[in-house]
Amino acid sequence: MIGKGKDRLFAILVLLPSLILVGIFVYGFIGNTMYVSMTDWGKGAALAFHPEKNFIGLGHYGDLFTGFLNSRFRQDLVNAVFYSLFLIIGALGVGLFIAVLLDRDPGGKGTYRTIFLYPMSLSFIVTGTIWRWLEAPGGGLNAIPTLLGLPRAQFQWLSSRKTVLQFNWQDLFVILIAIAVVVLAFLAVSAWVKEKKKEAKWLGGIAVIGLIWVLFFRDATPNALASPETHGLNLATLGVTIAAIWQYSGYTMALYLAGLTGVSADLHDSARIDGATEFQYYMRVAIPLLKTTTLSAIIILAHISLKMFALIFAMAGPDNAQTGHPSVLMYLTTFRANDFAKGAAIAVVLFLLAALFIIPYLVGAHKERSYR
Amino acid sequence: MQSRSAFAKTVALIALATLLAVPLAFASGQGEAGGSGQQGSMQSQSQQKAPAVKVDELSGQSPSGKLEIFSWWSGNEGPALEALINLYEKTYPQVQVINATVTGGSGVNAKAVLKTRMLGGNPPDSFQVHAGQELIGTWVKANRMQDLTPLYQKEGWMDVFPKDLLNLIGTDNGIWSVPVTIHRSNVMWYIPANLKKWGVTPPKSWDEFLQMAPKLQQQGITPLALGTNWTAIHLWESVAVEALGPDKWDALWNGNLSWTGSEMNQVWTTFGKILQYTNDDAASLSWQQATDMVVQGQAAFNVMGDWAAGYMTTTLNLKPNTDFGWEASPGTSGVFIMLSDSFGMPVGVPHPVNTLAWLKLIGSKNGSDTFNPLKGSISPRLDSDLSKYNAYSQSAAKDWKNDRIVGSLQHGVVANEGFMNDFASVMEMFLKSRDVNQAMNATQAIAIQNGISQ
Repeated sequence: MIGKGKDRLFAILVLLPSLILVGIFVYGFIGNTMYVSMTDWGKGAALAFHPEKNFIGLGHYGDLFTGFLNSRFRQDLVNAVFYSLFLIIGALGVGLFIAVLLDRDPGGKGTYRTIFLYPMSLSFIVTGTIWRWLEAPGGGLNAIPTLLGLPRAQFQWLSSRKTVLQFNWQDLFVILIAIAVVVLAFLAVSAWVKEKKKEAKWLGGIAVIGLIWVLFFRDATPNALASPETHGLNLATLGVTIAAIWQYSGYTMALYLAGLTGVSADLHDSARIDGATEFQYYMRVAIPLLKTTTLSAIIILAHISLKMFALIFAMAGPDNAQTGHPSVLMYLTTFRANDFAKGAAIAVVLFLLAALFIIPYLVGAHKERSYR
Repeated sequence: MQSRSAFAKTVALIALATLLAVPLAFASGQGEAGGSGQQGSMQSQSQQKAPAVKVDELSGQSPSGKLEIFSWWSGNEGPALEALINLYEKTYPQVQVINATVTGGSGVNAKAVLKTRMLGGNPPDSFQVHAGQELIGTWVKANRMQDLTPLYQKEGWMDVFPKDLLNLIGTDNGIWSVPVTIHRSNVMWYIPANLKKWGVTPPKSWDEFLQMAPKLQQQGITPLALGTNWTAIHLWESVAVEALGPDKWDALWNGNLSWTGSEMNQVWTTFGKILQYTNDDAASLSWQQATDMVVQGQAAFNVMGDWAAGYMTTTLNLKPNTDFGWEASPGTSGVFIMLSDSFGMPVGVPHPVNTLAWLKLIGSKNGSDTFNPLKGSISPRLDSDLSKYNAYSQSAAKDWKNDRIVGSLQHGVVANEGFMNDFASVMEMFLKSRDVNQAMNATQAIAIQNGISQ
C-alpha cells in the first residue's frame, strides 16, 4: 500500500509539469480569449501601453449574429459549413475509390500509394499557390475541355460571384429544425433496422414533432435577424474545396487502405465461394467493416476543414469575401482592424464549432476504452 | 483496478483545479491591467501631448552601436533600401544597421509582425509605415510614437515639405513621421498606339469615359482593366475625388460630409456604372495582371498608382511617353492623391541617438534623392534634384509642386486601419450587389464605428 502511495505521488509529480504547462498555454489562453471576447478592447487606442478594457458581456456575439455590418461573418459561417461538408464528402469518396483500386493489387502498389499520399506532405501555402495558378481564369483547369476539342471553360473558380442554394438568414431557426428532423428521422430508421425499437420510437417521435412545427408553425418561429439577408453556397468556394480534397484524399486513401488490408483474406475467399462478385464483396462485406475508419476520418477532416485559413489566404487573398472563412475574418479583424475583442469572439465561435466535432469523438473513444 | 481509477480521479481533479485557476488568474490580472489602463487614459488626457523627441540632447551625442530598421521593402524595392542603408553606414561608420525586412506587398505581413513586437515591448528603432491615419489611428492614438516637430523645426523641414502634406501626416499635437517617398494614386495608364488604333483619346472625365466605353466594347476591348478588391478601392477613390472635388473629399474624412447624402450617391452611382465596363475576372487578377491587360492590348485603360510606371519601365522594358502614356485619372488633373512611406520614432526605442540620425538622413535632400530614383517614387521635398529621375517621375514631381494635394484612402493616409478593413468588406458587398443605398448605409455605419463621423 505504501509502495502504491509512493508510486502515485511519483506519477503525479511527473505529470504535474505538463499539466501546468497545458493548463496555462492551452486552457489558460482559451480562457483568456473568452475573457477578451467579452470586453470592449479595440475601441480607440487598442495598442496603447495600458489599453482600456471594460467588461461588456456577450455584446460582440450578439453583434456578430445580428449586426447589419456583420453579414460577412454570417456568410463566412455558411461557407465554413459548405467547406467542411464538401471536403468530408469529397475526400472520403475519392480516398475510398483509390483505396479500393489499390486493394485490387495492381502492379506498383507502393509507388501509387506514395504518389497519392504525397500531396499531404505539402503545406497549405504550397498547395494553395499551385492551385491558384491552375484555377486562374486563363489557367489549367479551364483548359481541360480543349483537350477534347471543346471550347475553353469560362468558370471563375476563385472569383465567381454566383451563389446557389440561397436562403434567407431570417429563416435560420426553421432551417436548423428541418435539418434536425432529417437527421433524427435517419437515426430512427437505422435504430429500427437494428431492432432497437424503443430508441427508434423516441427519435421518431421527436422528428415528427419537429416536422409538424416546420410544416404548420414556421411563421411562429422567431426571425433570426431584423431584416432579410440572403446567404448561400458561393460557387467560388468550390475552387478552394477542390484543392483541399486533392490534398487530403490521399490521406483518407491511406486510412482506408490500412482498413481494407486488415480485412482477412478468408472473408474475401468465402464471399467469393458464396457467389459474391468483387463489387458485391466491397459493397456488402469490406466497406461495412470500415465504419470506424470512416468515423475517425470524418473527425479528422472536419477539424482540418476548420483550419483552412492558410489555403484560403494563399488561393483567394484576404479580401475575397466570396471565399471567406471565419478564421480569415478573425485574422483581419484582429490584426488589421485592431479590434481584438471582436476577433476573439470570432475565434471563440470557431473554437466551439471545433468542439462540436471533437467532444462527441472523445466521449465515444473514452466509452470504447472503458468497455475493454 | 480500484486504486487505478482513484489515481485517475486524483489526476483529473488536479487538472480540473488547474483549469479553473488559470483563467481566473488571467481574468484578475487583466482586471488590474484594466484598472491601470483607466489611470493611463486619465494620464494621457491630462498630458494630451506625446513625448516630443529631444533633438538637442540627442544630436549632441555621436551615433554608435546598432540601428534596427523595420520595413517591407524587398524584391525590386530592396536595392533602394540597401542604397539608403549604405549611405547611413558611410555617414555613421560606428553604427551597424540591422535590416529587418518582412516581405509582402503593402506590408500585409509586416504590419502584423510589427504589432506583436510593439505589444511585446520590443519596438524596432524605426519602422516603415504609410504616413497619415494608418500611423496616427494605430500608433499615435496609442501614445506609442514620439512627436517629431522639434526635428522638423531644427532641420528646416517645415518649409521644404508641402503644407498639405504636413497637414495630412500630422495632428494638432505633432508631426509623427518623416516621409521618404511620395506615390500618386490617381493616374490612368494606357498605350498611345492602341488608343489611336481604336479611335479614342484619354477621357477628361468619367462621363466621357462612359460614353466611349461601349465603342471600345464593340471592338472586343475591355474599357477599363481592374484587379482584386484593393484595386477596386483604389479606383473608387479616384472616382470619388472627381465627383466630390478635393475640398469635399477632405470634408468627408473630417466628418463634415454625410456618407448618405446626394454627393456620395453620385459617387457610388458613377462607380457602379464604371464597373460595368471592367473585366469579369477582376477578383482573380493582381494589379500587375490588370496592368498587363492594358500592355497586351486587351484593355484600354487602367487606374493604378505610379508604381505601375516602375513595373512597366523596369520589368516590362517599356519607355515612358512613347511605349506607354498616362494622364491624371479622369477629372482629377490639378489634384494629387498622394500616399507616402515614412519612418517614425516609437516610444522607448533602444537606440534613440541612432534613430534620430536615421530620420535626419532620410528626410535630407541627399537621402531622399538616393532612395527615390531607385524605388521609382518621387521625393516629398520641393527642392529635389530632378535630373536624377526618369521621365515619368519628373512629370509627377512637377505636379507634386503645383497640384492640390489630398490623401489616399486605400493607402492609409485619410482613414484609420479599422475603417480601411471595414471598407474592404463594404466594397466586396458592393461588387456583388451593386446596391448604392446599401453601400451608403454601410459606409455611414463604419464611419461612425471607427470614429470618422458622428
